[in-house]
Amino acid sequence: MFLEQVLNGLTLGSTYALIALGYTMVYGIVQLINFAHGEIYMFGAFIGLFLVTALGLNIFAALLGAMIFCMLLGMLVERIAYRPLRGKSSRLSALISAIGVSIFLSTLMALIRGPNTTRYPEMIAQNTFYLGSVEVSALQIIILVVSALLMIGLQLLIQKTRIGKAMRACSQDIDASSLMGINVNRVISFTFAIGSALAAAGGVMVGIYYNAVWPYMGTMAGLKAFAAAVLGGIGSVPGAMVGGLTLGILEIMGVAYLSSSYKDAIAFAILILVLIIRPQGLMGQKISKKV
Amino acid sequence: MDAFLTQYVDAYYLRIMVFIGINIILTLGLNLITGVTGQLSMGHAGFMSLGAYTSAILSVHYAVPFFVALLAGALVAALFGFLLGIPTLRLEGDYLAVVTIGFAEIIRVFFLNFEPGGKAVGFSGIPQSTTFTGVWIVVIIVIYLNYKLLNSRAGRSLYAIRENEIAAEACGVNTTRMKVLAFTMGAFLGGLGGGFFAHYMYFIEPGNFGFMKSIELLNMVVLGGMGSIPGVILGTVILTIAPEMLRIVQDYRMLFYGALLVILMIFRPNGLLGDVRIYDIKKRLFRKEV
Repeated sequence: MFLEQVLNGLTLGSTYALIALGYTMVYGIVQLINFAHGEIYMFGAFIGLFLVTALGLNIFAALLGAMIFCMLLGMLVERIAYRPLRGKSSRLSALISAIGVSIFLSTLMALIRGPNTTRYPEMIAQNTFYLGSVEVSALQIIILVVSALLMIGLQLLIQKTRIGKAMRACSQDIDASSLMGINVNRVISFTFAIGSALAAAGGVMVGIYYNAVWPYMGTMAGLKAFAAAVLGGIGSVPGAMVGGLTLGILEIMGVAYLSSSYKDAIAFAILILVLIIRPQGLMGQKISKKV
Repeated sequence: MDAFLTQYVDAYYLRIMVFIGINIILTLGLNLITGVTGQLSMGHAGFMSLGAYTSAILSVHYAVPFFVALLAGALVAALFGFLLGIPTLRLEGDYLAVVTIGFAEIIRVFFLNFEPGGKAVGFSGIPQSTTFTGVWIVVIIVIYLNYKLLNSRAGRSLYAIRENEIAAEACGVNTTRMKVLAFTMGAFLGGLGGGFFAHYMYFIEPGNFGFMKSIELLNMVVLGGMGSIPGVILGTVILTIAPEMLRIVQDYRMLFYGALLVILMIFRPNGLLGDVRIYDIKKRLFRKEV
């Protein structure tokens, strides 16, 4: 029983982690809480649904299609709503702009698809099997494996490639990077693209796992993923992974052993406690203030 | 006064005016925390719901007079603001933002399960004690007190914390005390606005005070110009009226609202009246030519 709950928590947590990565990467470079990120995730879920039902693609093709679409959407949002503000305004103005985009995108989807819940078609036979005494569903395995592959891929991208190096440089000091000949705008655009693609993957998998998508699903998921990113230490990529998984497990445990009516409160209460004890998050670095 | 107004002014416009008044009380509170002191709070609706539920329960179950209930609601909110102010001593920026979001969510879930507050069904039968005159008298008092505060030694300390906390501390500002003070006062106004809201709506439910409400209030403060009293009032008036004006586009209302936020921020990145203070306007108007 306990191990099954841990597994459920890991499944939920890995989707939080996928969304949280987008928050943390963008934050690491431009110090913006990208509130439209939850809506990108929602769009990913709907595009996946569209590809499956209208074009009859299989789950992996739909996943890939949703990721590519959201990549473009993320870059478009960055170009229109954030780039004009960069450098000449306070961070809060960019935040309000992000909120504007978030309201715009969720309303747009509500107008296209109606505000109600749409069900995902059953795409994977509900096979369950036993690992020892733990009941595991095929879907959970797929979600865990796909998330793990995406996160390993991201780590390789950041650590081993040229553009990854540029991203790391920008997150350290964006002005110095631009003096070193890095095309900062391109790096930021690329960061938005990667983050959005990961969120789309999360959206498709959550859609299949819970068998439901709706236009306002992005708000709560975005909020929790943001909380996960902060829990791990915002700006830190491994932190977002750890934070997402931790939050997922804590939430499932809270529902299983405490009370389901306090589900959302439990996650946030624990988050506040962690932050009071460790203000820089689990894996964040403490930046000493300079005069 | 109110009888006169209801006779000659369209009920719809009167209602919008009352909401503008309530929102000004709420946003001036948030302005103290976020605009003036620079502590990003994304959970102002949490204070609002504390004030709303406390005052509503007092006046329905205990038949407490309206203004006593309002004050009690505001004081409960202020107490929580004080408690929430304490983590700010260690947290800053976005970590603080997440704590305030979490706080408001916890309050919301608490009221969803709170028996005397009618749980998820909501709390109805609240007497409609909020009147146009009542709200606007309080609005004028709140604006005056805000103005007095921001031009005092304490107000300048708050601005100093926003501009540079370390420098402020070096100049002898007790940053700890001032930040907790800002949270307490901001929460008090949040609770006050919530009380007025509850006593205007007959009916409140936890959904009234969700994350989107906090964001709506934050939008008003940032759009108008953070830290500026005229700016915050202007932002509040515009964003309270905007959704009503946009009713002509019906279903596309929120679509336009979202686009409006983006466009306004692109063209006025520091808010419509960023950092214009009443004092500065006065100085400019009555400046003697040299």
